[in-house]
Amino acid sequence: MAGTPIVEIRHLFKSYQRGGQVVPVLHDLSFDIAEGEYLALMGPSGSGKSTLLNLIAGIDKPDSGELRISGEDISRLSESGLADWRAANIGFIFQFYNLMPVLTAFENVELPLLLTGLGRRDRRERVELALEMVSLTDRSAHYPSELSGGQQQRVAIARAIITDPLLIVADEPTGDLDRVSAGDILGMLERLNRELGKTIVMVTHDQRAAERARIVKHLDKGELVDGESLLKTQ
Amino acid sequence: MVIPFSYTAKNLGARKMTTTLTAAGMALVVFVFATVLMLQEGLKKTLVDTGSPDNVVVTRRSAGTEVQSGIDRAQAAVVESQPEIAYGADGKVRVSKEMVVLITLQKRDSDKPSNVIIRGLGDEGRAMRPQVRITHGRMFKPGSSEIVAGRSIAGRFRGAGVGEQLRFGMRDWVVVGTFDANGSGFDSEIWGDVDQLMQAFRRPVFSSLILKLGDPARFDSLKQHLESDPRLTVEAKRESVFYAEQSEVLANFIGYLGLTLSVIFSIGATIGAMITMYASVASRTAEIGTLRALGFRSSGILVVFLVEALLLGLVGGVIGLFFASFMQFLTISTMNWQSFAELAFSFTLNPSIVAKSLAFALCMGLLGGFLPAVRASRLNIVDALRAP
Repeated sequence: MAGTPIVEIRHLFKSYQRGGQVVPVLHDLSFDIAEGEYLALMGPSGSGKSTLLNLIAGIDKPDSGELRISGEDISRLSESGLADWRAANIGFIFQFYNLMPVLTAFENVELPLLLTGLGRRDRRERVELALEMVSLTDRSAHYPSELSGGQQQRVAIARAIITDPLLIVADEPTGDLDRVSAGDILGMLERLNRELGKTIVMVTHDQRAAERARIVKHLDKGELVDGESLLKTQ
Repeated sequence: MVIPFSYTAKNLGARKMTTTLTAAGMALVVFVFATVLMLQEGLKKTLVDTGSPDNVVVTRRSAGTEVQSGIDRAQAAVVESQPEIAYGADGKVRVSKEMVVLITLQKRDSDKPSNVIIRGLGDEGRAMRPQVRITHGRMFKPGSSEIVAGRSIAGRFRGAGVGEQLRFGMRDWVVVGTFDANGSGFDSEIWGDVDQLMQAFRRPVFSSLILKLGDPARFDSLKQHLESDPRLTVEAKRESVFYAEQSEVLANFIGYLGLTLSVIFSIGATIGAMITMYASVASRTAEIGTLRALGFRSSGILVVFLVEALLLGLVGGVIGLFFASFMQFLTISTMNWQSFAELAFSFTLNPSIVAKSLAFALCMGLLGGFLPAVRASRLNIVDALRAP
């Protein structure tokens, strides 16, 4: 079952300024995510699930509260410190894949490795391995425009795991895919979690996607509702 | 580690039309900038090449040009007696006493009149200009009404070709040869026998004396002797300096005019680059957000867009220089305001002009790209990721 917490959230508050008005998004949120967990965050639009994901991923900062990841309070990191931290610890999967259109699949996957001290040969080996894991070895020289949506999302998954991050965050990873491709991607995430022990936090609207996670948390108006539902056990 | 250069280059290539148009705008400005520098350089080179550093030009004090100068025979005799002057193999001092007048000739193509320099000189004067070679016909004979025309004059002025006749100084003069002065100012002159020309123009005085120094290092001593001698009202300049000064006003004018034009044009091109770069940032907002999320620092994003803008400038610069380099095949002529005579010269490209033009292009790129790059680097990651 769940191990030691990798994400510790304590009394987290976050609000936005919109047209001179303060709109509260997250309200006194506290919970943990254990290492090796596969968590789905669900909730209606505006419930704060994406904001929570952004905070956990270190691309946004909370107003107050603690946000410890692997023991480090990332809300206290500087802008560039946070950038370095993301490069080392977070793998991103986006709804619209967010690949660089002018780079090939290989170059897209290689991108996060440029922020490490790895040499060219090591980078090549790792990219090839990652593309093999998502079954896209034969597509490594293709540009995103030459790939289907499902293939592009697989490239994005390869990019997310290439640096072997602590945490993989996925924002609606199947939101732009047909049912078959979506199933494919979800299977891949599941394998990452089960076989490689990757901790995954996924935001989704899709009930079918959420069902593939181990734990589902529902957010509404910035607060967790009905605790958590344990959908699956090992 | 920075974002790879290929990402930047490919992004420019991905938006071919915008990149091409923006680079073309910059190329045009660089073309104007380089052309003006080439013109200025060509003018300077033509006049500087005219002079030789071991020749000294002696003119009447503050005359400025040979046309305005006059040195009578008594003063000429004093100048000739200076010890710094070299001796020829025949034991004579190496001094050329010359007469320079302006006459008006009509151009072959437009019939428009223009001033042309007639230089009267003797054997020594010709010997002092070894760069001058007869290309057609022969050299004029001393004591005759024969003349030879410089390369730039022979083709462009009526009656200045070999075998033709010119009328001036109340005489007819036969053109017996054409000479090539290797791109120097002499190419725009007509030469004849000094004594014949002085008679024809009823001139009792020489215009200038050209002295060959025995030792080029003794110029200062010669200058001091000549300019402090109470019998003389002359000034002495190294021939190279004398001709360089002749180009100053025109070269500066071309330089200032060209620089002003280039700067005004460059404002337009820079704004063009800025619009292109802003559009580039706007169309890649989500990409920027992604790169930031992946862990690239904002300084890295700044560099990406600055490099992209610099590359845009470089492309414009190279295209502009490419077309400007063809201007070297062109020879143009204009009135040199200091001598009031027609002067032909060509556009000259040298490494310094290439460097200046590229630097100018890069500056335009950098200025145009700076604000958009700052904007890109300051984008909020969450907002950028939400961009379409």
